[in-house]
Amino acid sequence: MSNILTEEDYRVQVKDRPFSALYARNAKAVIARGLRATKSSNWLIMVSGFFEPVLYLISMGVGLGALVGTVVGPGGGEISYAAYIAPALLAVSAMNGAVYDSTWNVFFKMNFAKLYQGMLYTSLGPLDVAIGEIFLALLRGALYATGFTAVMGMMGLITTPWALLMVPASVLIAFGFASFGMGITSYMKTFQQMDWINFVMLPMFLFSATFYPLSVYPQGIQWFIQALPLWHGVELLRQLSVGIFTPATAIHIIYYLVMILVGMVLTTLRLRKLFLK
Amino acid sequence: MPNQTIPNYVISADRLTKHYGNFAAVDGISFDVPAGESFGLLGPNGAGKSTTMRMIGGVSQRTSGKLTIMGLDPEQYGPEVRAHLGVVPQQDNLDEELRVRDNLLVYGRYFGLPMSYLKPKADELLEFAQLTDKAKAKVDSLSGGMKRRLTIARSLINEPKILLLDEPTTGLDPQARHILWDRLFRLKESGVTLILTTHYMDEAEQLCDRLVVVDKGQIMAEGSPASLIREHSTREVLELRFGSERNTTVAADLAGIGDRLEPLPDRVLIYTHDGESALEKVTARGLHPITSLVRRSSLEDVFLRLTGRSLVD
Repeated sequence: MSNILTEEDYRVQVKDRPFSALYARNAKAVIARGLRATKSSNWLIMVSGFFEPVLYLISMGVGLGALVGTVVGPGGGEISYAAYIAPALLAVSAMNGAVYDSTWNVFFKMNFAKLYQGMLYTSLGPLDVAIGEIFLALLRGALYATGFTAVMGMMGLITTPWALLMVPASVLIAFGFASFGMGITSYMKTFQQMDWINFVMLPMFLFSATFYPLSVYPQGIQWFIQALPLWHGVELLRQLSVGIFTPATAIHIIYYLVMILVGMVLTTLRLRKLFLK
Repeated sequence: MPNQTIPNYVISADRLTKHYGNFAAVDGISFDVPAGESFGLLGPNGAGKSTTMRMIGGVSQRTSGKLTIMGLDPEQYGPEVRAHLGVVPQQDNLDEELRVRDNLLVYGRYFGLPMSYLKPKADELLEFAQLTDKAKAKVDSLSGGMKRRLTIARSLINEPKILLLDEPTTGLDPQARHILWDRLFRLKESGVTLILTTHYMDEAEQLCDRLVVVDKGQIMAEGSPASLIREHSTREVLELRFGSERNTTVAADLAGIGDRLEPLPDRVLIYTHDGESALEKVTARGLHPITSLVRRSSLEDVFLRLTGRSLVD
């Protein structure tokens, strides 16, 4: 500030680069901010998120499982009810975490904490913010998945090393939901509209073959459930948990890859609407 | 490499327009700001000042018109433009999840600045904002004035060439305002271009080399504070209070005194080159106001003249 600015200082050189208005290749600053904020204030909320699926597993798997006994697993072998629903609960937790982070969290930071307004008045572009927030959501999802998989191991629900693949697969599921969530949030104006997200999520959680096999439904409903993303996540993790791979495994993975691609395109297209009003 | 002409103006707006649905928040305003100038947008709440500021920062998309900042379109080169911008928004948007000093460091990282630069810079700015002993405090424990000072300190972390200040001293006590004005004056002396919105005429008179009076998204007048007053008002103003019942009714009896008469609900204003002699004429007519005051014309009077409304409703 000691040197007096001259005309020369007001001359700026720019290079043409893709997404120049939206992206400044500095998502890492958004990520660093998220980590620092977690360290200094909201680590307790993070820990609580880990317990949710664990509590479900204990209550439904152990408690209800005592009544149910064993069920038929993905390969046709008998497995305990807890081992049957544990991967499903992990898929649900990956979905919930990613959706929460990309919708409610974004909505709040946008409209109430005004965090993004501050960020967007810097060299950051909206795409930096979006990438940073999605990365943070996935990092959190990976930590939860690792913790939950460890709990499964301690409860004796893991019988094969293939089960470790549930961790990266959970991140894939979370990515699918997070990439869509931010795009959807761009259409939301009020809290009432945000509640519709929960209205969609809860039935998906309850009916996506989470607690019982898909075969209980009539054919038409089966098709409907199979079109929804959570069912693919539940089935993918359930297969990985016992180390069984079929052509369906590839379909589940491809479903999520397409979801991520479409979701990221949607979110990128909606960034201006979301951030630059 | 896009075609880069040497910009004569740091900011150039040409028939700038912003619609929200059918509502025109900014309705075709044009202005140019040369480097190092302190330029003000004066107007009441809802005049379109903040929206104009947001378009300059490239965080709001214009509906039509042209806008260049240092020769660049902020909608196309947002990150590059904002690298040289410091922004003090109307409402503090500090990061409540971070501590005071971390607010400065993290904000600096958004500009991609290295920690080796940011650490001493953050300490320097904490000193500047008189917040050194609050460095490790949580943001929500700060008073309103402290938050404002931190927001202003934060806007300087990248040593901006253009500083956008949206109602910078709203909510500050008089002493804090004068400290801030002093800091802004020093920045101006170092060649920083200041763009300031305010609805305080004393602030505009203190800080602005030149200003535009904005109302309903349009520019009503443009010039230096002194020239605007000279053009649109008289040298002095006589303020008379007759009590809230009588202010408007007494106006008829005052006809002919001064150049112009402005009856308001709480007082009557008489515009004249000589306030004292106007007051003598008032008493000579047998009228005895409860209070009377002779003062110099201000931008408030200019605004009243141009829009028929006062700045602070």
